[in-house]
Amino acid sequence: MIEVVFGVFLLTLLVITAVAVVRTENLFVAVMLMSIFSLLMAANFFILDAADVALTEAAIGAGITTVIFLGALALTAQREKRSPNGRFATLGVISVLAALMIWATFDKPRLGDPDAPVHQHVAPWYLEQTPELMGIPNVVTAVLGSFRGYDTLGEVFVVFAACIGVLFVLSAGQGLDRGLFAPDPESEGLRHHLIPKVVGRLLVPFIVLFGLYVQFHGEYGPGGGFQAGAIIATGVILYALLEGEASALNALPRSVLLGMVVGGALLYTGVGVAGMLLGGNFLDYSVLMSDPVIGQQVGIVLIEAGVGITVCGSLLSIFHAFAAREAR
Amino acid sequence: MSLSAQLPALQIVVPLLTAPLVVLLKPRGTAWAATTAASAMAFAIALAIAAGVLSGETYNYAMGSWPAPYGIALGIDAFGSLILLLVTGASTLALLGCRRSLDADIEQQRQPLFYAAWLLALAGLSGIAASADAFNIFVFMEISSLAGYIIVAGGPDRRALPAVFKYLIMGTIGATFYLIGVGLIYMMTGTLNLADMEARLGDVTNLDPVLVAAGFITIGLALKAAIFPLHVWLPNAYTYAPHAVTAFLAACGTKVALYVLLRFDFFVFQGNLAEHDIQFSLFLLPLALLGILIASSVALFETNLKRLLAFSSVAQVGYIMLGASLVTVTGLTAGILHMFNHALAKGGLFLAVAGLALAARGLELRQLGGIARQMPWTFGAFVIAALSLIGIPGTAGFVSKWYLIQATLDHGALGIVAVLVIIAGSLLAVAYVWRIVEAASFGEAAAQPDTGAISPSREAPTVLLAITWLVALLNVYFGVRPEAPVELSRMAAEILLAHLL
Repeated sequence: MIEVVFGVFLLTLLVITAVAVVRTENLFVAVMLMSIFSLLMAANFFILDAADVALTEAAIGAGITTVIFLGALALTAQREKRSPNGRFATLGVISVLAALMIWATFDKPRLGDPDAPVHQHVAPWYLEQTPELMGIPNVVTAVLGSFRGYDTLGEVFVVFAACIGVLFVLSAGQGLDRGLFAPDPESEGLRHHLIPKVVGRLLVPFIVLFGLYVQFHGEYGPGGGFQAGAIIATGVILYALLEGEASALNALPRSVLLGMVVGGALLYTGVGVAGMLLGGNFLDYSVLMSDPVIGQQVGIVLIEAGVGITVCGSLLSIFHAFAAREAR
Repeated sequence: MSLSAQLPALQIVVPLLTAPLVVLLKPRGTAWAATTAASAMAFAIALAIAAGVLSGETYNYAMGSWPAPYGIALGIDAFGSLILLLVTGASTLALLGCRRSLDADIEQQRQPLFYAAWLLALAGLSGIAASADAFNIFVFMEISSLAGYIIVAGGPDRRALPAVFKYLIMGTIGATFYLIGVGLIYMMTGTLNLADMEARLGDVTNLDPVLVAAGFITIGLALKAAIFPLHVWLPNAYTYAPHAVTAFLAACGTKVALYVLLRFDFFVFQGNLAEHDIQFSLFLLPLALLGILIASSVALFETNLKRLLAFSSVAQVGYIMLGASLVTVTGLTAGILHMFNHALAKGGLFLAVAGLALAARGLELRQLGGIARQMPWTFGAFVIAALSLIGIPGTAGFVSKWYLIQATLDHGALGIVAVLVIIAGSLLAVAYVWRIVEAASFGEAAAQPDTGAISPSREAPTVLLAITWLVALLNVYFGVRPEAPVELSRMAAEILLAHLL
């Protein structure tokens, strides 16, 4: 019962936040509201017992996306330009679509209904087979890492594509190695603000440590490469904000970041190809070791590492690309 | 496992694995070489698969060795193999031919990123064509779309950026609609595998959410496929993209979305939703007819060569949808065959445009004055591909239009209207092609004051010229000997219709 109350409360807040995002013309406010939106969403996922998704939404939606939005906002105007026409047409289209979707949910199985199709078909098989085939308790990791590992590989390449896309578009007209991407030596971050500096410095190591925990504990509890990569990137971005971008780039130069982006994607694909070479199908981890269960575990640990490395490298590359543009 | 059993996975893994490596290739030309090699290898794999399909094989592959529906399955039938041929072939020929053109458009330091994105687009489009899983199709749609935005943004004109932004917004809306539809079906069936969806939908008693899902998926993919009137992103994206990218994407980009639309509709919805074939026809047939007429008319008044050809592409999507919306074997055969033939014609045209652009001052028709005299060979190939676009007998375009007319004539009064529209569309094509030929042959060369210093003959680079002529001659070859593509299209049409009750 208490969950229903919480759920209704959070969803109401979600609607209010969404309306506020649409209504506001101040883009800074909109970005902040979007961050709140993601946090509410994460809380919702948590109530629905989807801890893995909640962690991802909190780390990426509320954390990294906000930073990147702010980076982009620093390059454009603060306020939205009012578009004179098309407002009512947009409203009409959105209303029709919303009505259709609400109508479609009238025949939706009740929330949490054990007889719903989604709980009757493939899900029981996953729950039953995971301990036997992989010997790990987190079924979500098993599904994402192995049963549907090909989709996860695809998502890693989506992140990879986003990263090279940002680098490609923002480098237009300039050389990659010089000019545009050189950090402003004057930038000192928040070094002169005592309280953020002291508190932030304390936080950074713990954030990175927590990221590593999420990375390597993904087989046993909520977590995995995507969340870990985002959390570690958050830690480094906090460091960049406190100490200035140049210090962050000294610690992790651009070439290293690009190497991470490439290396993680190659590691994941390489594990898949290794499965092929050892006589299985692509992304078949069972053949990696003589014991298929151990093989599955090794495969999942390796590909999760690949995911984490690529996500962390990509997010930091994107952050630096925006930040460098801002410094000019 | 034998190599031939691994072909479906290799089709995607080869470009996917090469993409990150290409980012690291800094020395001049190496990124292009690696990309071309990977693309050529993908083309060879696609040819092997097509040969296998023609001899009666179907390719199924279980990713990670997990059986469907628990794991992700790939499944390549005649339709998929035809699309794979188009995607890999267009990519390979555009890369081989357009090296100079791409060097002119994109700075040396940015080339590794560009070629990595090209390979991702190739891998994404191939992944869509090979997949038998609804969510997996979405994932690879994301890869191909993102990579597509990147390579279009490589255009030398600053106007490429707003064009890409529009493309990105529309493409994202399309993908989101598709995902909403897949989510609704998953809610009702608990599965993501297409074949499994079809089977399990039979047991679903309340089909209202599935009907909504069909609507969302159809509209989302229609956006991606630039079906009139959802084509607004296409003309500028094609116009301001680098010429090689236009040749690649114009030949196969929208076709992959059409492929998913037809496959999803026939595999999942046609057999399970009552009277879905009639709804499908009623929705798409008018759009197809309007698209042919209006887009061709707009092309008639367009002054930029690439925009003109882009609007012609929107009209050609209309022909494909016209064939498909008849929901008969002949209609679908004609539509699918037209995908192949239009890819040949439009690919050849845009390759020739890449050659013309290297010498012309701009691609406005008035800037092309006298170009046919300066580049007779390049322009000759352009004209042959244009004849195929119109549908002159002896070219590939004629074969599919002939099939299309035969298919529509089975439908009484409606068929007569459709035939009239096809003929009107072809006449409009004659007119807009003539405008280009007229400008290029008889236009005043005086528009180019600096030509005096340069020798009168300035053909496109030899490699590009050879590739353009190869594609132009393929248009003629498949006009005279259309057996292989017709056979693949007929097999594809029968596979689709086998899902109808």
